[in-house]
Amino acid sequence: MAELRMVQAVNRALAEALAEDPTVILLGEDIGAAGGPFGATRGLQEKFGPDRVRDTPISEAGIVGAAVGAALSGLKPVAEIMFMDFITLAMDALVNQAAKARFMFGGQRGVPMVLRTPHGGGLSAGPQHSQCLEAWFCHIPGLKVVCPATPADAHALLRAAIADPDPVVVVENKALYAMKGEVEDAPAPLPIGRARIARPGRDATIVAYGAAVHWATEAATALAQDGIEAEVIDLRSLQPWDEATVLDSLSRTHHLVIAQEAVEAFGVGAEIAARMADIGFDELDGPILRVGAPFTPVPFAKELERAYRPDAARIAAAVRRTLD
Amino acid sequence: MSDPIALFRMMLTIREAELALARLFADGEVPGFIHLSVGQEAVAAGVCAALGPQDSVASTHRGHGHALARGMALEGFFAEVMAKSTGLCGGRGGSMHVADLKRGMLGANGIVGAGPPIALGAALAHRTRGTDGVAVAFFGDGALAEGTMHETLNMAAIWRLPLLLVCENNGWAEFSRSDTQVAVNLPAWTAAYGVPHVEVDGNDVQAVATAAADAVAGLRRGEGPRVIEARTHRWRGHYEGDPQRYRDPEEASRMAEHDPIARARAAMIAAGAAAATLDAAEAEARDAVAAAIAAARAAPPADWMAALNGVYAPAEV
Ligand SMILES: Cc1ncc(C[n+]2csc(CCOP(=O)(O)OP(=O)(O)O)c2C)c(N)n1
Ligand SMILES: [Mg+2]
Repeated sequence: MAELRMVQAVNRALAEALAEDPTVILLGEDIGAAGGPFGATRGLQEKFGPDRVRDTPISEAGIVGAAVGAALSGLKPVAEIMFMDFITLAMDALVNQAAKARFMFGGQRGVPMVLRTPHGGGLSAGPQHSQCLEAWFCHIPGLKVVCPATPADAHALLRAAIADPDPVVVVENKALYAMKGEVEDAPAPLPIGRARIARPGRDATIVAYGAAVHWATEAATALAQDGIEAEVIDLRSLQPWDEATVLDSLSRTHHLVIAQEAVEAFGVGAEIAARMADIGFDELDGPILRVGAPFTPVPFAKELERAYRPDAARIAAAVRRTLD
Repeated sequence: MSDPIALFRMMLTIREAELALARLFADGEVPGFIHLSVGQEAVAAGVCAALGPQDSVASTHRGHGHALARGMALEGFFAEVMAKSTGLCGGRGGSMHVADLKRGMLGANGIVGAGPPIALGAALAHRTRGTDGVAVAFFGDGALAEGTMHETLNMAAIWRLPLLLVCENNGWAEFSRSDTQVAVNLPAWTAAYGVPHVEVDGNDVQAVATAAADAVAGLRRGEGPRVIEARTHRWRGHYEGDPQRYRDPEEASRMAEHDPIARARAAMIAAGAAAATLDAAEAEARDAVAAAIAAARAAPPADWMAALNGVYAPAEV
């Protein structure tokens, strides 16, 4: 057992995969000699060499396109896109190529690649370095999407993503990179698609992922002062997501709030709400409520970003409203 | 010199297959959009003749010839384009996605400019895995306007990857002359990246094969990427059914002068080949295509349950 920061847990998962499997390679801008803009790949080029930990030019479409071609040709590439906002430049490779190859080639071969990318705000990074765009990828048949909230999950989900025979987008919350947590020395493999109950409770269910898991837990602690016991579910995987765990919780608490850092409209929460309104209809004793960001770009100024971002207070208010 | 009769046969196979597709399309037996490479067969045949089984090819929307020249079987090819379950892609891809991964044929592609980065990745895989494999990306003259072309050539150049980019320069980008869309010519473009460029007569299959063999040998020696520009002609519309109102009918009437198949035949006759042998090759190509079409017609339609379950790898049990 070791206490690691999330970014170190990512680093360890990459180091283990590189050591275990000679077909694993890393590709990205300044990931090698410089160790990555957030330090996630620090030391890996020294250890595994510049061919396996490859510094690329600033060519997002080329990086992800090359990852697709390499994955179709016997490698397991792990590409890094420095900020999730830059994924716009690589959408074709991810959406039209990686996601569809298995299907459109009739199952001849899959695309075992991973795309790691940090999302999220709170750093005054402004409208083009803070977005949470994960819902785009959850909407694409052929992609899988995971988003860890703890160092242990960052490690386990990245290992699972690299082992997966299909393309997986691993979304890392950059405000959580410094967060510390225990990571077992040889943890059991964690399958993609399995949620975790971060805090048990009987009165209401809060489903969250990424940074919102921590706001939800904070909200649950505040609600407990008033005798309201909220259960917090950390989704961990967004595509596929763990419908059974959410439904099971809902059938015990009968109240559902979904919290996310991303823009609320048309987001991951909308899908969960729609599914639960269908298969969980008979369990509901209150409206399903969503807590997410307002329909604006992420602002730069600290006070604006504070107003923009969802937080524990908003989540707690939503729980009270659905219980009302 | 590459085996002339083998090149001739491959061009015939592509020509017969595509003319058959044109008829099947007109008769409603081939759905969707198809883009034929009639007149451009020498490029596919000549380049692929220089490749071995370990090599990789990424293709374009006009990719039938590349797939067949890579050895994709006619049965799986026709069944795919005719949307049958026996298609090599199960009828889920169609003309714009014919692929044969076992043969390193990484797919035709519905997205202009998408193939070159994929071939770049294949070249990277060959290098990383320590094989002597090379990767080829075909692209059109119109595709040169896509940003991915520049990202690909730049990365291939800085990493000296075994990547051959083959421009099928037919002068057209859909319904527009490509010189109205692209400011740079290929010699200048490649020189800017320090990558060797050769131009060949893309209607002369021997010239293409020789240039490709030379380029591939350089790639295998680790000399870094190469670019071949093959000047050729798109005989038909951009897609089948294209009324081609943008095109001078006079241009179309001169196409046969450039016919790579007639030229190869004349060259072989001049070199002493027997006409009967060449006639027999033509008949064989026609028969093989007819047999593949008959098999595809008899095959069951594409299977919905297989498609529904084919998005991800089956869950491990
Ligand atoms: C990204 C993208 N943009 C536009 C198109 C539509 N389109 C298909 S083929 C084509 C022209 C391509 O010209 P060229 O690269 O010269 O190939 P050719 O058709 O001449 O073989 C266009 C614009 C497309 N399929 N993909
Ligand atoms: Mg063209």
